[in-house]
Amino acid sequence: MTAISENHPIEATGGERVDTPFRRFAAEFFESKVATGALILLVVIVLAALFAPLLSPQNPYDLAQVSILDSRLPPGEKSMDGYTFLLGTDGAGRDLYSAILHGLRISLSVGVMSGIIALLVGMAVGLAAAYWGGRVETVIMRIVDLQLSFPAVLVALILLTLLGKGIENIILALVVAQWAYYARTVRGSALVERRKEYVEAATCLGLSHNRIVFRHILPNCLAPLIVVVTVQTAHAIALEATLSFLGVGLPQTEPSLGLLISNGFEYMMSGRYWISFFPGIALLLTIVSINLVGDQLRDVLNPRLKR
Amino acid sequence: MTVYIIRRLMQSAVVVFLMSVIVFFGLHVVGDPVYMFASPDAPQEEIEKVIRQFGLDRPVYEQYWLFLKGALSGDLGRSYVFGEPALKLITQRMPATLELAFVALFLAVVLGIPLGLYAGLKPHSSVSRTIMAGSILGFSLPTFWVGIMLIMVFAVMLGWLPSTGRGDTVTILGIEVSFLTLDGLSHIFLPAFNLALLKISLVIRLTRAGTREAIHQDYIKFARAKGLSTSRIVGLHLLKNILIPVVTVLGLEFGSLIAFSVVTETIFAWPGMGKLLIEAIQTLDRPIIVAYLMMIVVVFIVINLVVDILYSVLDPRVRLRDQTV
Repeated sequence: MTAISENHPIEATGGERVDTPFRRFAAEFFESKVATGALILLVVIVLAALFAPLLSPQNPYDLAQVSILDSRLPPGEKSMDGYTFLLGTDGAGRDLYSAILHGLRISLSVGVMSGIIALLVGMAVGLAAAYWGGRVETVIMRIVDLQLSFPAVLVALILLTLLGKGIENIILALVVAQWAYYARTVRGSALVERRKEYVEAATCLGLSHNRIVFRHILPNCLAPLIVVVTVQTAHAIALEATLSFLGVGLPQTEPSLGLLISNGFEYMMSGRYWISFFPGIALLLTIVSINLVGDQLRDVLNPRLKR
Repeated sequence: MTVYIIRRLMQSAVVVFLMSVIVFFGLHVVGDPVYMFASPDAPQEEIEKVIRQFGLDRPVYEQYWLFLKGALSGDLGRSYVFGEPALKLITQRMPATLELAFVALFLAVVLGIPLGLYAGLKPHSSVSRTIMAGSILGFSLPTFWVGIMLIMVFAVMLGWLPSTGRGDTVTILGIEVSFLTLDGLSHIFLPAFNLALLKISLVIRLTRAGTREAIHQDYIKFARAKGLSTSRIVGLHLLKNILIPVVTVLGLEFGSLIAFSVVTETIFAWPGMGKLLIEAIQTLDRPIIVAYLMMIVVVFIVINLVVDILYSVLDPRVRLRDQTV
């Protein structure tokens, strides 16, 4: 922000660190050991998902590498050609560890994609409502209220019933189920910002509507939005897993964590717990780490809690 | 207030109508139910017989018109699979779902309020920290996975509780219920607990927050100064005041319990409406899907309206009025 921090990013006088807003933010964030741990875990999970093809010992969807003879092996068993399955194998003989890494990739990308699109839609709608007011606002907020009175899982379930399975369909369903949360958040904070003097000043300067909305109001609404993004992304990942489990989400060709759990369910009764258990743990760790990071972000970004 | 209710009812009618249009026309884009019931290599006349039987030989708008006419007289079409009226099939399954939802609500109150009170009264004890960590976990755990794990631990490994079906039922006032027989009770516990988990976490958080806020207020200090026992202060004065938000939120959440029972019923093979819906989606049994979705929309609208009205009755500061459009 300031000229000082740009010219001397690391050290100023006497080895003391320059106090930039970001650094203050980071320092406050890392005060909590739990949140720091969660952030590290989240980074590891994201990296694991990104580099899944490199990290997994087997491509679980390459039929040449999978042998049906290895199916349903418990964790630690060796395969026909001597490779040890750390987390066991599933019903088709796939290495569960590799399948989880690949599933994580699909789950995360569906969650993040739908989160970004819902964010953009909700942000545009929320800003429009707050800035234009009047009839536009009334209509938009009526729709938002109406939608928020139905649980997201129901909205997504109805949509997927209508649309059918598929990765685009589930992203669309998640966007429709979630945009309203973003719209409400953005409108709430934009309404507060709109009445402030700097907006009045900008209007007096004759700046265009676009410039005022996107360069002046929006940046000041970002803090609460970031928190909603983290929470809603965790929600989207859980929702996708639930819908896939119910058989209305992703097709078998896109095996997300939810589908892996679902596929393991039939083996549960015969005591083969690991096929559902380990993908579930991966899903749980992902969701918990995102939620914990989100919680800490909320505390740090909330000016009312500033000491 | 009367004007408000009338306007709300009119708005609700519009919403229900729009939903019926979306659901009906949307469903006619997905798949072809005919081949679910007649094999693709069946003779042409047989396929046409199925088409006529389902009324699919008419254009979509005509089908919708017939559906609408039927719906207004309480007929939501016949199930393709069972050949019975869709509404009848759903109302047959409804008691099972409602029972599950009510038992879950009961568990949420019975477990959530005491745990939340404890965490609120002794916020720094290690037990309270464990309770709060548990509630965070309860929020994060995906319901369906917890259900699977409950089956794994209590049904498969320990063999303590059954994992599928309703068990023995008793008929009361023409409705079959499970919770009055020992066998039924053992069947309902796991699915109800699974369904309640999210709500237990919610109640714990609400109760804890309410307690921590109320404990510093004058009426509590005054009650203490009067020399009342702690149990009386907590049980009477404190509890009464923190119950209002808890009850409101739980009322609102009842609808989401019914929605989430789709997941729980599928896992525990609980013969309710949610399981019926999932089966209908798999077999493309359109009348059942339409009837279920219409019914759940109506249920939600009614719940929201009742909560809004109750709110204004309970808290005179809340005024129901129309925002002028």
